[in-house]
Amino acid sequence: MPVFPAPTSRIPPVTGPAIRLAGTARFGTATLFRDAVLELLPGTWTCLLGPSGVGKSTALRLIAGLDTGADFQGDIKALDGSPLTGRVAYMAQSDLLLPWLDLRGNVALGARLRGSPPDWPRIDALIDRLGLAAHARKRPASLSGGQRQRTALARTLMENKAIVLLDEPFSALDARTRADMQDLAAETLAGRTVLMVTHDPGEAARLGARIYLMENNTLTQHPPPAGHPIRAIDDPEMLACQAALLLQLRAAT
Amino acid sequence: MSRRLLVSLLVATLLLLLWQALVTLADLPPFILPGPWRVAKALAQNADLILWHAGVTLVEVVIGLTLGTLLGIATALGLAASPVARQLVRPALILTQALPVFALAPILTLWLGYGIWSKILIAVLIIYFPVTSAFSDGLAATPKGWLDLARTMQARPHHMLWRIRVPAAMPALASGLRLAAVYAPIGAVIGEWVGASQGLGYLMLLANGRAKTDLMFAALAVLALMTLVLYRAVGAGCDRLASRFS
Repeated sequence: MPVFPAPTSRIPPVTGPAIRLAGTARFGTATLFRDAVLELLPGTWTCLLGPSGVGKSTALRLIAGLDTGADFQGDIKALDGSPLTGRVAYMAQSDLLLPWLDLRGNVALGARLRGSPPDWPRIDALIDRLGLAAHARKRPASLSGGQRQRTALARTLMENKAIVLLDEPFSALDARTRADMQDLAAETLAGRTVLMVTHDPGEAARLGARIYLMENNTLTQHPPPAGHPIRAIDDPEMLACQAALLLQLRAAT
Repeated sequence: MSRRLLVSLLVATLLLLLWQALVTLADLPPFILPGPWRVAKALAQNADLILWHAGVTLVEVVIGLTLGTLLGIATALGLAASPVARQLVRPALILTQALPVFALAPILTLWLGYGIWSKILIAVLIIYFPVTSAFSDGLAATPKGWLDLARTMQARPHHMLWRIRVPAAMPALASGLRLAAVYAPIGAVIGEWVGASQGLGYLMLLANGRAKTDLMFAALAVLALMTLVLYRAVGAGCDRLASRFS
């Protein structure tokens, strides 16, 4: 396990609600997924696995309330009865850091965009917690890939939302940095309802309390490994699950 | 001395030699094409006169460039902020490009007189479109990921414009400004040709009419130098702007 600095400021505990997406999505005449039911358990990680182009990101963007270009017929709701709007934080494959802002400015972006004054003590504490204090004044171009993704995670955490949607956020990182980021994300996002879209069976097996596979226009559940996430990278159950997921992906036509 | 500067000086010297060779070998009379040496002499003999007229043109160009840039930026921001404005103004904007500024210059001189304001307005008109178009295209091309992120952060539209779309469009604006720096002197000189009592365009026309072709070329050389210096200065500013925001 990587060692990160001890927390100097606690992020207020947040418990995410259960979320249910049920319906059919089409791109013109092509069906992306049909009669799919995606249920996110409250306060846990759900991983949505599948090959590229099957509609994983579309499902995530539908929950985020973002444009997808797809025609979706169905229902998306949080099962606690409150609307999803305003309760979602989003992290994409690309770190989406603004190159003209330094690391601190990027972490403070959400407040700035809403027109409210940034909570600088909390921002600095969060930057410190993620081990980025030495780089706080650097622009993204001066940061490594791992540092950039940690900055993006700090920006996501700063939003302090109950629902966090992760669209392949670690797929561009090298294996070691990816494993470190998985540990860090699991630790810092504990208690939130997280949906992670990934094409990496190992990532899904490591992080998912619930695992869905999207292929051939359908969405199916795959049993997760025993034990609670985040699982050790050499956990035999996790490795077996990873292999089973990969076999299923390869078997899909 | 940098290699680039050395190459530039070498090319310039070569062109001057070719120019002189053409004049000598073709035995051209000075009122048709004076040699570079004769032009240099005319420049030295009329330095005060040329500099005074160059000062007038420079004032027109700088004011025109500033006003045209501000107007272009304001229009592009208006177009970015309002879909209705986009629908109404964009066709009119393109229509303005269908009218050659040469055709408008006499009427603008008639309306605004022979002073510097008709020249400034022509310079403004000539640079308005490239600045508006470049900045507007930049504002419309904000990477989708940043806009998605801002939406999930519940960004207010004007904060999204000022904090994401405008900075992201700065490199595009810089391209427009570089073009504007080259076009603005053209606009001012067109205005001076149509009707003026001062400025390099006026001096060139006057010298041409009196067959003082060497003086005309000297004024032209100063105009070219002024444009080059302006382009370099604006280019350096644009490079800083683009690197600050990219």
